[in-house]
Amino acid sequence: MKAIVFGGTSGMGRAIARRLVERGDTVFLLGNEEAELQRSAADLKAHHKSSAEVGHAICDLASPEGFAAALDAADAGLGGFDTVVVTAAMFATQEALEADIELTRKLVTLDYANTLVFCEHVRKRLLARGGGRLTVFSSVAGDRGRKPVAIYGSAKAGLSIYLEALDHKYHAAGLAVLCVKPGFVKTGMTAGLKPPPFAGEPDQVARDVVRAMDKRLPVIYTPGIWALVMLVIRFLPRFVMRKIGF
Amino acid sequence: MSAQPLAPASATRELVKVEPAADVPVLAGWGRLPMPGREVLSENLEAVSAGAVLSRGLGRSYGDSSLPASPADKVVGTRLANRILHFDPVAGILRAEAGLSLAEMNRLFIPRGWFTPVTPGTQFVTLGGMVASDVHGKNHHRDGCFGAHVRSLRMRLADDSVVECSPTQDADLFYGTIGGMGLLGHVLEVEFAFQRIASPWIYMESERVGNVDEFLGSLSKAASSFPMSMGWIDCLSRGRSMGRGIMMAGRWATPAEAPAAPPAEAKKIVFPVELPNFALNPLTASLFNSAYYWRHVRRRVSAVVGPDPFFYPLDAILNWNRAYGSRGFTQYQCVIPRAAGAPAVREFMHLLTKLGGASPLCVIKDCGPEGKGVLSFPLEGTSIAVDMAVMPDLQRIIDNLNEFVIATKGRIYLTKDRFTRAEHFRAMEPRLPAFLALREKWDPKRRLRSAQSQRLFGDEV
Repeated sequence: MKAIVFGGTSGMGRAIARRLVERGDTVFLLGNEEAELQRSAADLKAHHKSSAEVGHAICDLASPEGFAAALDAADAGLGGFDTVVVTAAMFATQEALEADIELTRKLVTLDYANTLVFCEHVRKRLLARGGGRLTVFSSVAGDRGRKPVAIYGSAKAGLSIYLEALDHKYHAAGLAVLCVKPGFVKTGMTAGLKPPPFAGEPDQVARDVVRAMDKRLPVIYTPGIWALVMLVIRFLPRFVMRKIGF
Repeated sequence: MSAQPLAPASATRELVKVEPAADVPVLAGWGRLPMPGREVLSENLEAVSAGAVLSRGLGRSYGDSSLPASPADKVVGTRLANRILHFDPVAGILRAEAGLSLAEMNRLFIPRGWFTPVTPGTQFVTLGGMVASDVHGKNHHRDGCFGAHVRSLRMRLADDSVVECSPTQDADLFYGTIGGMGLLGHVLEVEFAFQRIASPWIYMESERVGNVDEFLGSLSKAASSFPMSMGWIDCLSRGRSMGRGIMMAGRWATPAEAPAAPPAEAKKIVFPVELPNFALNPLTASLFNSAYYWRHVRRRVSAVVGPDPFFYPLDAILNWNRAYGSRGFTQYQCVIPRAAGAPAVREFMHLLTKLGGASPLCVIKDCGPEGKGVLSFPLEGTSIAVDMAVMPDLQRIIDNLNEFVIATKGRIYLTKDRFTRAEHFRAMEPRLPAFLALREKWDPKRRLRSAQSQRLFGDEV
């Protein structure tokens, strides 16, 4: 694989980039902080058996006008990418979002509109070269309207629907779209929150996701138990959803 | 500091585990005696350490070294800051963020022929913790502590500045931080030198040893021919077989001795439940010890084994600390100086078996000369470490052991400690004034503190 990891400096993106590098895939990092990119590139180089260099370029989910240039840089660095992993996203609690309407606008713009625009750039490029893999981190929060993730979840719901449609439309053309739906995972993003039961670790998620990429699956819940949890949640009647806090 | 009268044991520290209210977040060390507090986790350690009073890694110190003095104190959890920043594959020099775990380093670098110069008995520790505890291992008699192999540290200090220190740059800060329990600053990055290994296998010899005197002889004999040695010692048997046990010595296997394939990754078992408090009692403990002792049927055995069973036998069972039940436990680890001689070690074993309270986990090892870390634990002599479940008598047992250790001019290991009294620590630690002077210089307002520093140094909350 020649893989771009957008968001690979931290959390689940970091774990996936490491896993790919350790098994010999070539990785190119995209992220919005130069210093972080440099540190993570050094980390990936050390994780590689023969210390192969890892390229990186600035790409900010808040600035869609920079997407094309970032993908050009990655394409040049990798000598033509065939895989793109997107873990970059923004998170805020429902409480913070309700208190700050500008924060809400920013979150839904980044997590839905701009992520979708980034995927569109990738889609065109991959289809032009006969296909490839596009793996995007959505969330279990997008599976059902839920009180604690009303706004964040709605952006992820939109993203999940887009990724599903992309798979329907372009699977035959060779585009393997994977929509990743992580449950609660203990990363820097969720560091301030109390972990619920079944909370996962980034390494576990990375293992599941890379396996799903290899199998060209369209959707994966990780840790796996969340598939069951969300199955139940999806079928809970409205009067129950109104009562419970989940 | 004014001398305080020795308060009765029951008045100084709660010995029965206090169960905090369900909604109060708690932090606990490996001994599972929680205190109210919470840790702030971030991948950006440099940013999150600003304004923090204590760092903690994987929480493997047994007592209260990584617990906050006050629930309001900002405690930084370093474990997400785990990137390798530089690796020199020729010289084996590694620089990494402080939250990188030893398990991860082993996974990545043993196959490439490099191993940490010093490893403690668990690999679930972070680089920052290895520095703060100045960990020692089976090779202490030859290679010293981990700190002896550290080349440079990046630190956030109490005044919130970020500095680099090394044996040549702010050396006092550097050596105060080696073994300084995180009290002079937050370790952000560590640079150290790996050791070359000839293969990813260990050549090991073990020997059943009949009593403590024999043990001391075997240990010193092994120390001269093996780079690594230690022993499991039965802390319950009395009389002629007092201090019997199994002595282990080893070295990295040569390519000729080593199997062609690398060691298989062992499946880890999770200790599933917290055992009831009565499960581990004097009877079950001594039955276990006899079985473990006689399982070593032949007196002498040699084998080529993987690094995990040799260095980290207990890591094979995750959460083994649940075996002690809800009451929690501590470890008493001390070193008895060589000058005090074999009689002192024998007398210590005698005291330990007489006082009772020891669990099956008891380890004896030979320590080499004292390192340069200002508060670093080891000194030339015999180190004994024994786990003890929390029980009503525990404070008295520890007080008695401490008084004996003070008389031998020995000392205890802060990383394991939760119950030593301030006056005992002062009496056993002639280097304490030097360390307090360093705190005065680098943290005059005593911003950095832990529950342990409050207990032992009298930090105000």
